[in-house]
Order: sequence, then C-alpha cells, then structure tokens
Amino acid sequence: MTNQETTERVVATPAARQAIAELSRRGTVMFVQSGGCCGGTAPMCFRLGEFITGGADVLLGEIDGCPFYIDGRLYLAWGEPALVLDVEAGFAEGFSLAAGDGKHFVVHGQPAAACPTDEHRATG
Amino acid sequence: MKYVPPGKPGSVVTVESRYENFIGGKWLPPVDGKYRVNLTPVTAKAICEVPESTPADIETALDAAHAAAREWGEASPAKRAEVLNAVADAIDAHRESLAVAESWENGKPVRETLAADIPLAADHFRYFAAAARSMESSTTEIDSQTIAYHFHEPLGVVGQIIPFNFPLLMAAWKLAPALAAGNCSVLKPASPTPWSILKLAEVVGDILPPGVLNIVNGPGGEIGKALATSPRIAKVAFTGETVTGRLIMQYAAQNIIPVTLELGGKSPNIFFADVMAAHDDFLDKAVEGLVLYAFNKGEVCTCPSRALIDESIYDEFMARCLDRIAKIRQGDPLDTETMIGPQVSAQQLAKISSYVDIGRAEGAVVLAGGHRAKVDGEFADGYYYEPTVLKGDNKMRVFQEEIFGPVLAVTTFKNEAEALEIANDTLYGLGAGVWTRDGSRAYRMGRAIKAGRVWTNCYHQYPAGAAFGGYKMSGLGRETHQMMLEHYTQTKNLLVSYDPKPMGLF
Repeated sequence: MTNQETTERVVATPAARQAIAELSRRGTVMFVQSGGCCGGTAPMCFRLGEFITGGADVLLGEIDGCPFYIDGRLYLAWGEPALVLDVEAGFAEGFSLAAGDGKHFVVHGQPAAACPTDEHRATG
Repeated sequence: MKYVPPGKPGSVVTVESRYENFIGGKWLPPVDGKYRVNLTPVTAKAICEVPESTPADIETALDAAHAAAREWGEASPAKRAEVLNAVADAIDAHRESLAVAESWENGKPVRETLAADIPLAADHFRYFAAAARSMESSTTEIDSQTIAYHFHEPLGVVGQIIPFNFPLLMAAWKLAPALAAGNCSVLKPASPTPWSILKLAEVVGDILPPGVLNIVNGPGGEIGKALATSPRIAKVAFTGETVTGRLIMQYAAQNIIPVTLELGGKSPNIFFADVMAAHDDFLDKAVEGLVLYAFNKGEVCTCPSRALIDESIYDEFMARCLDRIAKIRQGDPLDTETMIGPQVSAQQLAKISSYVDIGRAEGAVVLAGGHRAKVDGEFADGYYYEPTVLKGDNKMRVFQEEIFGPVLAVTTFKNEAEALEIANDTLYGLGAGVWTRDGSRAYRMGRAIKAGRVWTNCYHQYPAGAAFGGYKMSGLGRETHQMMLEHYTQTKNLLVSYDPKPMGLF
C-alpha cells in the first residue's frame, strides 16, 4: 500500500490495469519512465526488481501493487505532471515487457490539478 | 524521379515473403519458428515477415560469433581492412537498392538515403579500414633494460543494439569499428526496422567470414535482454533511450564488461543577431540550418529541436524560416523530390500528436503545422505529420523532452549569457548548433555548451573522423572516430626486462 500523496501522481486506465493483471499472473511487474532517444517517452515495464532504482529515482506511486518510478530530474523537467498509464497498439520499447500481443504501455501527462476521477484512480 | 516500391514489378529491390536470421553466414529460421509481419510506414501495409526470435537464437548467434572470433581477431589489419573496404564497395555498388529498401522500411526520403545514409555507411567502413591499418601499438622505456609494450587486442564477441532512425547507418557506425578492431558482432536491429539490415546482409554476407556478423530479429524484452545479459559478450553498445541505457549498464556491471551508450538529446540550435547582418548565402544557410529540425522527420538523436533566436532578429528571421518550412514537400519517400516522409511507426505518430497537444496545453503557440498531415491516395494511411513549430519557453515539456518528430520548439534570448543558460538547461548534451559571423563568439559558445558535438555554422553533418557522443544523460563513449577503436579493444601490456641480472631481493 502506498499513501495518498504518492498514488495521486500516477493513475492507470482500465486497459492498463487489465494488462497489468495479465502480466501479474507470472509475477509482479514494475514501471520505469524513460526519456531521451527513440522510444524515450515510454514507460518501461519489467519484472519487479529487474531494474535497480537509485536515490535519484522518484516513486510516483503504485498501480495494483506495481511500483512506478521516474528519474527525479526527468520528472522535474516534465513539470511534475500527474501521469496516466495507458495501453496502445505498438511495439514495446527497449527491453520492456509488452502490454499484450502487439500492444505497449504509454503515459499521458496532465497538469497535477486535472487528476482523473476516482474510478480510474490506482489502488496501492 | 520516383522509385517503384520494393517487391513491385520494376523495383530495384526484391522482397521475399519471409526472412530469416543471419547467423554464421547462413539464413537460419528462428528456433521457435515464430514470425511477425513487418509493415512499411508509407502505406501501413506489409513488406514481409521477419523472425520473432527467442533467447535460443541469440545463443546460436553467439556460438557462431565465438567460432569465428579467433581467426578474425588474428587476421592482419591489412586483411581486415581489405574485407571492410570490400564491404564498402558492395554497399556503394548497391546504393540505389539499399537506399530504396531503407526508405521504404523507415519512411525517410530517398533523396536522403541516396545522398547520405548509404554513401556514409560505406564511408564509415572505409574510414575504419584505414584506422585499423594505422592503429599503432606503443612502447614505453621504463629504464634502459625494461620496456613496456602496449598491444591492442580485440575484445572478442560484442553485442550491438541499434535504433530505428538510421537502421543501416547506425549499423555501420557500430559494426565498422567493432570489426576493424577484430571483433565479431551479434547485432539486434530495432523492432520497427528489422528488414533493411537483412538486405545489407544479402549484399555483404559473402564478403565477411561466416560468424563475423550475426543479425537476430525479435522483441527487445526477450532477445535484447538475452544479448545484453549474456556472459558470452565482452562489450555491449546501444543507441536508444535512457532507461534501457541504465538497464544495459546494470547488466554490464553484473558481467563486468564495458558499454557505450548513445541516449539522445534535446539539442539547442542558436542563432545570433549577426546572421541577419547581410542578405547573403550565409543567411540562407542559417535558415536552412533551422529547418533541418525536419531532417529525417525529426527522428534524429541530435535533432535541432530547440531553436534559440536573438530577440532582435526574431520576427524577420523566423518569417524567413516559416516561409522555408511551408515549402517542405511531404509525400512518397521514394520520390526524389520529397523532403519529408512518414514517421517510422503509428506509435511514433501518436506520441508526436500527444506532445503537440501537451505543448498547446502548456501555452505554446503553434506557428506552423500541428496536425497529422493529409497525404492523398495510396499514402493516406501512412504515418505522416506536418512539420510543426511551437513558440514557447524553455521550461515547457516540449522544450525538455525528445519528441522524435518534426516538431521545433522556438524561443528567444536577450544576450549571449542567456543563450548559453537556455542551451545548457537540459538533461541532455548530445548536439548543439551555433550560428554567428563572429568567430570568437562561436568559439566561446562552442566550448561552453555542455554537449558532445557543437556544429558551428552548420548542422546535421556526420562525417567519419569527427567524434560523436554525449555529455550528461546523452550517454557514454564516442563514435565515428578512430578513438572508437579504444572502445573495442583491450590493452595488453608486456612488461619485459632485458637485464640479465637478478633484482637482488631474495
């Protein structure tokens, strides 16, 4: 469980939660938001513990028990928006797990004030 | 002229319905027998099927590479150079077909692949052929009887993971130094562009000894990871985004092997007031220099995606640039008159749209474009986006994150100090551009910008012989220069005593 303050910074759409539920049958996953070249704006999905986080990484929250991290400097550069984890058609970038066949995870950012309603809110 | 799409009657490119992995000089089907359809972004229709490989295929490729490593590593520099020069000759001889294949799979205009991607790929092989022959070992005279010899030795088998934006040129950037230094490579192409590199293998496969080059296609989460974590590679090179870069370093730490990483940027392109001091060729060049953000549809790690313009010339200079941008011809990438083609994939297109929306929400003003481009006929389903310009300030997300599309973020500065501050206010440090008629200022700015390459009164030139690589979060190591051979070799020191007398300690 995470506290209210962290869960408010990342939420997931029903499609993303469904994909996480599928992936979680083989163990918990984690998300790390990427930056930079090519697939740079993609949230990468790994098995929990695959990616070693450090002191400069910020835990934005948990989605159904799956932590979501972002580099603190990157988050600051983005203006610290609330992020919405979603699923779209496309290749999983880098070494990320796919969000189902032919699908990948994406994030949509929005100003912190415009957080989605409770029905989409992540549960920790 | 217009080239006929690959696979159609009269095309310079033949297309098989299905391709295999290129391993040990042979075309090997994936162990699990799985394939997927590979689309062209030009029409969103299928080109061919490519392997959806698994870690077992990486092991097969590593077997082949290790089997070849000793003989290739012990080949004389002259022999290796001969092979690399033959690779370059073969690329040149197939320039048109490789350019058309590359443009059809990636979407980049054939005018670029004919004039840049393919000739440059050949030139990088020639450059490193020469570098291999001119690489010298060193000796140090420790004292009159004791000599330290330093020899360069190949690392062995290396893993290389390349991006989708310049599939053939990035392969050449990574393969040429690795092979020149005597290594064998297992190469994983990017998922959106698995095919053109296989067309290259058709052209050069018989020139390279079997196992020196091995190409395995498949999902990064499976085979990219299998390659990067393998204890059977001696080094890994990657171009892509930051999280995968960190993950590769983490895996490399577990195996204690070196890495080189190129992780992108948000490159500033700075225009000082004196570019407008005369209405001459230089001004014309500077205008083109700004519009180069649309080169390769913005899918370039060093895309000059932040234009910083002296406020005193902003209105007139920007008017000239917007006029030039309005003349960009968008359409069939196989038409030599086309300047900008479709984005590489539907997901890149979606990402670009999303960023432009973010820019609008942040208050950026759309000066040009801002929508998915409408292209008629057979290209209606292609992933085209209009060349776009957003005016705003450097704190906005569209100034801070790499959009990887034809989207320019423009702002103004009051003086040189402010220009420098804005230029360096980024997490990245790969490229930058400085435009001025004042040589002293160009030098000051060039040295003060925290980026690995500062194009000065030019942009988007990538000659072999100029070192390329990043500061800050843009990565580690330098490519396209003979110093890259250092990244692909071990140093062997023989410390030799010619003194017949004992040391006298025991």
